[in-house]
Amino acid sequence: MSQDRRWLLGGLAVVFGFVGLFLASRAGHGIFYWIGLIVFLAAVGTIFGFVRAAFDEAEGKAQTPQHLVPLTMLAVAVGSVVFHFLSPWWWSPIASNWGYIDQTIIITFWITGVAFTAIVVFLAYCLYRFGHQAGRRAAYEPESRRLEFWLTMGTAAGVVAMLAPGLIVWSQFVTVPEEAAEIEIVGQQWQWSFRYPGEDGRLGRSDTRLVSNDNPLGLDPNDPNGADDVVVQNVDLRLPVDRPLKVLLRSLDVLHDFYVPEFRAKMDMIPGTVTYFWVEPTRTGTFDILCAELCGVGHAYMRGRVEVMEESQYQAWLQQQPTFAALANGYARVTSRSPDGGEASARSSVR
Amino acid sequence: MVDVTREFQDIERAEPEDVELYHPHSWITKYVFSQDAKVIAIQYSVTAMAIGMVALVLSWLMRLQLGFPGYFTFIDPATYYQFITMHGMIMVIYLLTALFLGGFGNYLIPLMLGARDMVFPYLNMLSYWIYLLAVLVLVASFFTPGGPTGAGWTLYPPQVILSGTPGQESGVFLMLVSLVLFIVGFTMGGLNYVVTVLQARTRGMTLMRMPLTIWGIFTATVLALLAFPALFVACIMLLLDRALGTSFFMPTLVEMGQTLSYGGGSPILFQHLFWFFGHPEVYIVALPAFGIVSDLISTHARKNIFGYRMMVWAIVAIGGLSFIVWAHHMYVSGMHPMFGFFFATTTLIIAVPTAIKVYNWVLTLWRGDIHLTVPMLFAIGFIITFLNGGLTGLFLGNVVVDVPLSDTMFVVAHFHMVMGVAPILAIFGAIYHWYPKITGRMLDEAMGQIHFWVTFLGAYAIFFPMHYLGLMGVPRRYHELGEMAFVPPSAEELNAFITVVALIVGFAQLVFLFNLVWSLFRGREAGGNPWRATTLEWQTPTTPPPHGNWGKELPVVYRWAYDYSVPGAAEDFVPQNQPAPAGAAE
Amino acid sequence: MTVIIAFLTVLGAVAVWWLSRQRLAAKPWLEASPAGSFPDREAVAWPAAKLGLCMFLAVAGSLFAVLISAYSLRMRAADWSSLPGTGLLWINTWLLVLSSLALQWAVVAVQRRDTTRAAAGLGVGGVSALLFLGGQLLVWRQLNAGGFYAESHPASAFFYLITAIHGLHLAGGMLALGRVGARVSMADGDAENVRLSVELCALYWHFLLVVWLLVCGILVLGPWAEWLYAICFGT
Ligand code: HEM
Ligand SMILES: [Cu+2]
Ligand SMILES: [Cu+2]
Repeated sequence: MSQDRRWLLGGLAVVFGFVGLFLASRAGHGIFYWIGLIVFLAAVGTIFGFVRAAFDEAEGKAQTPQHLVPLTMLAVAVGSVVFHFLSPWWWSPIASNWGYIDQTIIITFWITGVAFTAIVVFLAYCLYRFGHQAGRRAAYEPESRRLEFWLTMGTAAGVVAMLAPGLIVWSQFVTVPEEAAEIEIVGQQWQWSFRYPGEDGRLGRSDTRLVSNDNPLGLDPNDPNGADDVVVQNVDLRLPVDRPLKVLLRSLDVLHDFYVPEFRAKMDMIPGTVTYFWVEPTRTGTFDILCAELCGVGHAYMRGRVEVMEESQYQAWLQQQPTFAALANGYARVTSRSPDGGEASARSSVR
Repeated sequence: MVDVTREFQDIERAEPEDVELYHPHSWITKYVFSQDAKVIAIQYSVTAMAIGMVALVLSWLMRLQLGFPGYFTFIDPATYYQFITMHGMIMVIYLLTALFLGGFGNYLIPLMLGARDMVFPYLNMLSYWIYLLAVLVLVASFFTPGGPTGAGWTLYPPQVILSGTPGQESGVFLMLVSLVLFIVGFTMGGLNYVVTVLQARTRGMTLMRMPLTIWGIFTATVLALLAFPALFVACIMLLLDRALGTSFFMPTLVEMGQTLSYGGGSPILFQHLFWFFGHPEVYIVALPAFGIVSDLISTHARKNIFGYRMMVWAIVAIGGLSFIVWAHHMYVSGMHPMFGFFFATTTLIIAVPTAIKVYNWVLTLWRGDIHLTVPMLFAIGFIITFLNGGLTGLFLGNVVVDVPLSDTMFVVAHFHMVMGVAPILAIFGAIYHWYPKITGRMLDEAMGQIHFWVTFLGAYAIFFPMHYLGLMGVPRRYHELGEMAFVPPSAEELNAFITVVALIVGFAQLVFLFNLVWSLFRGREAGGNPWRATTLEWQTPTTPPPHGNWGKELPVVYRWAYDYSVPGAAEDFVPQNQPAPAGAAE
Repeated sequence: MTVIIAFLTVLGAVAVWWLSRQRLAAKPWLEASPAGSFPDREAVAWPAAKLGLCMFLAVAGSLFAVLISAYSLRMRAADWSSLPGTGLLWINTWLLVLSSLALQWAVVAVQRRDTTRAAAGLGVGGVSALLFLGGQLLVWRQLNAGGFYAESHPASAFFYLITAIHGLHLAGGMLALGRVGARVSMADGDAENVRLSVELCALYWHFLLVVWLLVCGILVLGPWAEWLYAICFGT
């Protein structure tokens, strides 16, 4: 390396060192503190390296081959693994029966992680071991059927090891248990509405064409199954714990996606069709509902909350809600308070 | 030799006769309305990079908003959505597709195959101008009332044409028109590339002697030709829905309390059409990158590519399979759940040939004589980022794992790694590699090193941690996290960190642009074959090659493209047009 | 999406067949050849224009296959109702058949170096194709008069869309046909020069005829197509 270039890079390292120091001192703690520190140390190391190289050169010592590149590639592999285990960012504690999905993810992490690390470490080793040296010639090696065969087999085995559990869990995911209770969630720009079947446990028919101010979800007034349905808007979704639920999803306008990170399950809502998934909440508590399918400018604001509660509490709450038929008959135009002091009226007009 | 085409023996070589070559008469026809594939290639590349800069700047703005929500008041949700849409669409279609196929395809196909030019030069020229028009129409949407569309690059109906989406007034028209133009222009170019590869190869250039770059570009072009019609149809139908009120994709719906006059359409239909194009599109940008990286690694490690035949078969197999995996983008779209089994299986099967390619690249390095030149560094960067992104693809392809991860930042991190960063690194490597042939001068090495390290490490630092945001459940296409109970405050810091790195990486690209211009005038003279490479483009009589490429006589080919470090040969490379010593063959 | 997949499978089969003759299993590193010795030419020996047109037909074919796929995907929904067929469509179909036959006749003529007859064939083909396009417009008018607007139902929207795209392809072909026709009529017996162009025109026409037969069959015989589908795929 020429003298000029060394000065140039050294100067750059100094600048970076200062930036790192500045960053670390300003941040004081957390991620930027560590980053700044690492940058600073790397810069100091680089400058030392340059100084040493300059001395070596002046003393006429043989130049050692460059090991910076393989080392960096190695650092990428090791750093990724370390990051994986140490980072504070991980999935939120699960609150549903879909622990299987988490397990499949863990299996996948192991297999892909091993593959990634092995390949990158091997790559780094090649760079280290076979870096250019004057007078050396590469080996001549067009192919090796055996090696390729075994690599193919190994890969196939890895793929099967991921796919098989994946498909098994998927078949559970798509097989709704007989006893699952139905509940309907309706998306529209940019809010969630919910419908519970009444006593009969069945949801009545609905049609987007029937949507009106008095019938915000488009229920069919002629369907007796729908008479005792309970429609709520602008309140939290309430679900009983430890009961499998078939969640029916509908949209009145555009695509939405009902997503509760703690449930792991999600599914798009498509105007004109009813989609579904099933889930069994396993932990009481309140969780965020997000929309996970771009639905216009309000997409990120389309939030809601789901409250998973004990069965008895849930039933008590549900009893208090006016049914669709009652509302349609013009009774109960009063707002009904929910037991816990209630945040909003169970029946609110659309916009 | 086995005779495979005896029945065609009587037909003469299909190379264009000299008289057929179009000869430019003025400056305009030579450099502007040129029919020379090399000039068209440069026009394509410059245009693609220019519009790519727009997409890059948009990514800074988005990152600023995500990293420091609330500071940049001019970025409201609507503009944010417009930014992601334009950024995504530009990067995927107008930058990567155009640069790989229109740029590298045009430059390398004739040169690497020993042809004088593309087979249909006039069509080729038209292709570029239509592409330029498409780009201009796209850019125009920034200046129309309402701005560009903000529907996401997937343009899903119904929202894309409803009033809750920014750019619904006119931006969406321009986007769709621009896409239609792009497809028309691309088809003209694509037919050229395919026919040229099939037909205009010089004597001795059998398919199995073609460099992998050509295999990659060729297969990708075939994919594009067959996949773009699906997007074309989808765009036309969407245009009609918006303009004439037809209901191809529009069911009955109630927008803001108003029942619209649409009815009977199917939003899922659009998704099928879009992804029928969209998945092959991933390979349209990946396959050329595969090919290019193979050649870079082989040349700079002075070793033949390991398992050439396997590499060719893998490219063809991946190309074929890529048409039957599209619905892995629709696992949570509410399509029939049984499809999940099928598409998860096909998707994971593709992983096998893809993995073989990765092994073979690394095995090429094994016992090589590795020159850590800038192109080589970029090729290594490609392997690592592509490997990373490919492996996270196994998460998303495995249907049930995709359920929690789909539409989160995990997806954003995955596709940036695999079809954003990796192909871009391959493109950079290719530019450092072929720039000497294009201009006759080397790109500056020191600037190249800085460019590489900042870009590679930076991009990795941007997108690797991002996976973990997604794992946590942060959805994509959110302009701010807002209050989410499950998101710890440290995630905001991570976002800020990512933004800072993204800005640094962005500015490193300015070094590259400066290098491009600076080296044009001040770069070291390269000579005809600075990398001591075997392939034909390095054997042209003059550098840069003139119109017609080869002077009086076409080169002829006697060997495959990877004769590096052949035992017994005087040099560590034997050019493709050098015959075997008499008597020594087979 | 069965139709497009089937179409691509056919293309894939052709590609595999072709590749299988290209010695993809050879070990190229063992096959360096001495000066002046070449493997037999392996480039496709068709004229570039013909190969180009075939490639274009593959692209156009996949365009129509996608359209038909979209149509049949939609058709399988519960609320589907197909358009009523109109008698005019039959006349149009015969016109297009006539047009194709005329072009084939022109090909035969030009192969016999009879440019006069070839010109006549091209003329007849062109005129009947024009009549076909006119007839299609009439069909549109009829449908419109019958209350089948593009906006009213996806079935009619698809009908207008598919016929329009097919018509545009034909109209584009008319431009080429016009040019070739002019060249043939000025060729003055020099058939070699124009032979390829005439053949390519005819090829394109046959392609559009086949597409039309399929499209028309599916659009008008919608219920039938569904029935066929049920037999073939069991749903
Ligand atoms: C360092 C460079 C880049 C940065 C910092 C960057 C950043 C971003 C950001 C912040 C988003 C929006 C994420 C969201 O909120 O959902 C995004 C979306 C996207 N980017 Fe990039 N990007 C970069 C390069 C690229 C490249 C090279 C490609 C080429 C494939 C690409 C393709 C996309 C696509 C397809 C989307 C999705 C747009 C959508 O959701 O509709 N990006 N990018
Ligand atoms: Cu949304
Ligand atoms: Cu895909």
